[in-house]
Amino acid sequence: MKKRRSYPLILFLLLGFLLIWVIAFAQEESPLPPSQVKVKDTPNDNGHSLTITWKSSPDSAKILGYEILRSDSPDGEFKVVGQALATDTLYKDKGDKEKESPNYFPSHKNFYYKVRAKTDGLSSESEISLPAYAFQQWYHAGKTPVLVAVLIFSTLTLIFISKAKKGKELYVRPLAGIGAVDEAIGRATEMGRPILFILGLGTAADIATIAGFTILSRVAKRTAEYKTRIIVPCNDPIVMAVAQETVKAAYMDAGRPEAYEEKNIFFLTSMQFAYVAGVNGIMLRERTATNFYMGLFYAESLILAETGSIAGSIQISGTDQMSQLPFFVAATDYTLIGEELYAASAYLGREPLLLGALKAQDWAKGILLICLILGTIFTSLHLDFFANLFKFSLE
Amino acid sequence: MGFYEKLMSLDRRWVYLCVAIAVVLPFLLEEFGVPIFIPPYITPEVKSVYNFVEKLREDDVLFLAIDYDPMAKAELHPVARAVLKQCFKKNVKVIISALSQNGPGMAEQLISQTAKEYNKVDGVDYVYLGYKPFPALVIMGMSQNFKLFFPKDYYGTPLDSLPMMAKVRNIKDTKGVIDVAAGSVADMWINEGAGRYNYPLALAVTGVMAADYYPFLNSGQLFGLVSGMKGAAEYEYLMEKGGYMKKEEFDASRGMPIQMFAHIVVILFIIIGNVGYFMSRRKKS
Amino acid sequence: MRRQLPILVVFISGIFMAIQYFVPSEPAEFVQEYAMDWVIVIGVFAMGLGLWSLTKVNWIKVQRQTPGWGYNLVTILGMVFMLVVGLIWDPGLGFFPGEKSQVSGTWFMNFFWYIYLPIQTVMFSLLAFYIASAAYRAFRARTILASILLVTAIVIMLRLIPLGAVSGINQWLANWILIVPNMAAKRAIWMGVGLGMVAMALKIVLGIERSYMGRD
Repeated sequence: MKKRRSYPLILFLLLGFLLIWVIAFAQEESPLPPSQVKVKDTPNDNGHSLTITWKSSPDSAKILGYEILRSDSPDGEFKVVGQALATDTLYKDKGDKEKESPNYFPSHKNFYYKVRAKTDGLSSESEISLPAYAFQQWYHAGKTPVLVAVLIFSTLTLIFISKAKKGKELYVRPLAGIGAVDEAIGRATEMGRPILFILGLGTAADIATIAGFTILSRVAKRTAEYKTRIIVPCNDPIVMAVAQETVKAAYMDAGRPEAYEEKNIFFLTSMQFAYVAGVNGIMLRERTATNFYMGLFYAESLILAETGSIAGSIQISGTDQMSQLPFFVAATDYTLIGEELYAASAYLGREPLLLGALKAQDWAKGILLICLILGTIFTSLHLDFFANLFKFSLE
Repeated sequence: MGFYEKLMSLDRRWVYLCVAIAVVLPFLLEEFGVPIFIPPYITPEVKSVYNFVEKLREDDVLFLAIDYDPMAKAELHPVARAVLKQCFKKNVKVIISALSQNGPGMAEQLISQTAKEYNKVDGVDYVYLGYKPFPALVIMGMSQNFKLFFPKDYYGTPLDSLPMMAKVRNIKDTKGVIDVAAGSVADMWINEGAGRYNYPLALAVTGVMAADYYPFLNSGQLFGLVSGMKGAAEYEYLMEKGGYMKKEEFDASRGMPIQMFAHIVVILFIIIGNVGYFMSRRKKS
Repeated sequence: MRRQLPILVVFISGIFMAIQYFVPSEPAEFVQEYAMDWVIVIGVFAMGLGLWSLTKVNWIKVQRQTPGWGYNLVTILGMVFMLVVGLIWDPGLGFFPGEKSQVSGTWFMNFFWYIYLPIQTVMFSLLAFYIASAAYRAFRARTILASILLVTAIVIMLRLIPLGAVSGINQWLANWILIVPNMAAKRAIWMGVGLGMVAMALKIVLGIERSYMGRD
């Protein structure tokens, strides 16, 4: 009997192979790799970063993301140092400058990079890039507009100071708050009640507090001349130390060093509302005739001003904290708004050097105004070159 | 003194009494079963903060700065709590710092309570760095490397041993910062933080401070702004719509009726004062 | 020399830190980090100065039994008590070797939560009352500018009050006030403040403004 050939089996096997081949053919292939991988030193930094750019994979629709790989030789082991989104074409490989750090990135050492495109389970890598090394820059080119602005402003200041030194009369508009200082001190002297000077809650490094010191100096000199007591409770120990020196020098200037009493300038507390409670107590117990609030103030400004109002004091305030200005405007008799606080020392002393600096500020504001107007016009006409002059980068 | 002169110069204690009544009244109404709920008007700046957190994916890292003292708790705690809840529900990881002197303990309470609600583990799902003085320096330091100022977290665990910190070296490695602040720290985040290091920043500040930050919002330096209790109420309302919170959990929204009544009292007194002023001026002329 | 040396130090430090802002290199970063460390060290030592001043001023009043000296005594006792509790008795801060960091439940934290914070909150809550009395006293339509201030304040306050059909218009107006004129005014003030700060810093660095050291 002839053996039956296993045609069904052979057919089945053929079909099986065909099916496997079809499935394999239909299976997703690896995505096309990204190309044109370029590496360069990251500009304007401390020399511990390289920037890698690449051209997206042509299969970008399938890509889930990119991995950045680095090695210190083209034949060495490439390790993953970062991830990028599918839409990214730039990655900054940044590390620490400390040698002991696990993430140390040495400068002046060549590195090679590859970019790997990933889909679900499959990936493909680009060509190895040319080597590049990181090095530090000695000038941050992105901050050039800031440097130019500072130089222009400094030049203006020096020009006006030299003009003032030569005796040129410089006009500054009158400020009601400054004009009232003498009157307020006189009132305290007539009533025989002390003056309270609050330097706010800032530290000695804050510009508003420094402006407060300059006003304190002038006020203290007047109080020394009129033999009126001045009380300066401080929120910060360094501010207290500086305030003591300021008042002492003012008393010496007035020719009354023996009248200076260190106990009148003291540290109260550095806690905000404890300070307010203490100052309110001083206001109500001592029944101060005049209160000066010159410096950095926060939520306590209204509490101080209202308590001063209850005590019947005349109040002159000045701060650069915009959130507190409305409270001072509503509750005190005179308010110095923002830069008027900084200008106060020039007003009170009328010294040429300080007035010159004030004029420079005004000119700088004028230049700024012109730039704003020109910028608005050019940008409205879609001419962006003017706005681009002012763009700066902090990275 | 005529009637209108009296209106113009009422003893301030009458004003204090009326404000006290206005503040206590909603509590009493709630006690007597008449709670007042006012659906807030949702502002775009609050919505953009909510949407930013909503767009974060699982395992993304958000930096939450809790920079307020307990006395600003009523206004700011609800926002901090809402953001934490939203992050934990979405399995977004959170790094938290508290750069206000009196805030760290309060922040720690909030974090551990919220984490417990969502079974989140310290070091894996969140890291609490705690407090260090001189916030401007700390912000600059954290923007470069957390370990510069926080080699250990609030509980004394070295940062290197925390699984979550393996891939996050500095704030730039996070998706962005939401700063909940009641003082000058907000300015420091804008100037020393996002301004220098260029990462997304949103603020949640007290109502009084909020008006100062609209210029930054408009210039794009902030991507969102939540202002005071009203902003917090808006955020809670969005959280309820998103399914993250129920009305019973609302905090800031319960304070809105009190604000409303107090504002009505202030407006009434302003009107009374002006009526007295104008009528007495008319009488004199 | 006593006056020249501080001015020289201010000049050199000021110029150095200004230059450092434009130099991204490692040496400049080192200088900045070093300076930051010094700021912290000086601040901590200054706190000792403050404690001394506080103790001295209050102790003198206690000794002389000036009116209200009891409050000065309470100030000193409070300060000493919190120092002892916070540093020695029950700090819970992991300060001493082998001590585990444990924050809540310590004497220090209990005093903070249950005495200091409620007192601070009470002081803060005074603002609510003072705002009302200040608004009543100050918001009078005496001039056109005062009237504008008054109307704006009322529009902003009305945001929180449900006004039915008018609510939508009021919300829109309030938002417009915050986003347009408020922002314009704030920007203008910020520009002035910014220039003022630069001018002030320049005057201090160049030694023109020296009143913080005491006058000549």
